[in-house]
Amino acid sequence: MKYVDEFRDREKAAVLMTEIDALAARIPRPSGLPLQIMEVCGGHTHSIFRYGLEGMLPKSIELVHGPGCPVCVLPMGRVDDCVAIAERPEVIFTTFGDAMRVPGSRRSLLQAKAEGADVRMVYSPMDALGIARNNPGREVVFFGLGFETTMPSTALTILQARAEGLNNFSVFCNHITIVPTIKAILDSADLHLDGFLGPGHVSMVIGTRPYEFIASFYKKPMVVAGFEPLDILQSLWMVLRQIEEGRAEIENQYARIVPRDGNAQALEAVGKVYELREFFEWRGLGSIDHSGVKIREAYAQHDAEKRFALPNVTIADPKSCQCGEVLKGVIKPWQCKVFGTACTPETPLGALMVSSEGACAAYYQYGGVRRRLEVL
Amino acid sequence: MCLGIPGRIVKIDDHAKKLATVDVSGIKRQVNIACIVNEDHPVNSCVGDWVLVHVGFAMSRIDEKEAALTLQVLLELGEAQAEIEAMRRTGKQ
Ligand code: SF4
Repeated sequence: MKYVDEFRDREKAAVLMTEIDALAARIPRPSGLPLQIMEVCGGHTHSIFRYGLEGMLPKSIELVHGPGCPVCVLPMGRVDDCVAIAERPEVIFTTFGDAMRVPGSRRSLLQAKAEGADVRMVYSPMDALGIARNNPGREVVFFGLGFETTMPSTALTILQARAEGLNNFSVFCNHITIVPTIKAILDSADLHLDGFLGPGHVSMVIGTRPYEFIASFYKKPMVVAGFEPLDILQSLWMVLRQIEEGRAEIENQYARIVPRDGNAQALEAVGKVYELREFFEWRGLGSIDHSGVKIREAYAQHDAEKRFALPNVTIADPKSCQCGEVLKGVIKPWQCKVFGTACTPETPLGALMVSSEGACAAYYQYGGVRRRLEVL
Repeated sequence: MCLGIPGRIVKIDDHAKKLATVDVSGIKRQVNIACIVNEDHPVNSCVGDWVLVHVGFAMSRIDEKEAALTLQVLLELGEAQAEIEAMRRTGKQ
């Protein structure tokens, strides 16, 4: 329990660990396989590795790392679309830093920048709007990325662009939505999950109601969790307690941030600007119905997909990559053939090695390599 | 991108556009506060609020103690530094 020393409240962590051990021992596992709990959110994956929570848990519990890293699930074809837009001479392409190094089939945005494309890292879509304001002669495109956590910010920026008449500002919308994705995972034949840690900040926007089908229809427990190690342990304990008592409910451990109905203002902006796509292509998970949003016709002026002809082709991942299996939780990062050898944070082959929320980068950074060596 | 960082609203910059300045660990940065204002909590009453800031947008009001603890954990996680650095680079518009 080396990492417990770093916890804010060591005693509480120790008590929770003891309770988790005891609960796990009491829950029957007729198949003999560990209980599989999926953390949906990449932020949780990061905290779990950062604090070594996985190593502290009894062997009867396995954390399955879900697809909740928006950079990681972008298919390569989408990165190529970004590069194609960025390479146009009239364009200033703006993006969050996380997306800069994600490999495309030809090059990443960072490589495109090195070769002369005007690619700029921004902290906020508002900064991209500022660039549009200051460069009326250029087309400024913002790479809209993320689940419901960042969706309202892009929507509000588009509304602001409209209000100011900044017609040289558009968004390449790659926002994705969590609920159909969880449903796809529940319907997947590869996985037999026993429960979920629900995403904290997505839920801050959408509330907890949209998850209710997970409990009522699929009869699986979910606990919406905060990001600190104690939050995660407590949420895990709550999931296990539900399993032991034979309950399947949506509980909210992160009520200090997550209201049951979400954030009305944020949802209003989202509803105004976006509509669901029929389907969206995910890296590794394939096409998932209604899992992405696009910009409504009324805001076509600010939709980069409409304004620029995009190659928009599907490109298979390199053969050596097993990002898809890792994303679905079927294999662990260190079981990928190229993990830590051909694929490292310095020379990433897959997006999961780029983003700090990606399971591979997190494993690599915090003991993943050590873990793999133990296994070899 | 997804974790967010706590900051305190110190000044309203633009009522109509709902823009305010937040102080995040000593760094001042303009953010959009549209998601935390409503009839019961108008723009004017936001000064002094502690908020969770995601990519330049205040997404949730939090209490002061919670803000301090979250910030501390983010610093430990090594997340806060990257956020603050990104804020510093883009600065006040
Ligand atoms: S190690 Fe690299 S190639 Fe393998 S799954 Fe992870 S990111 Fe993908």
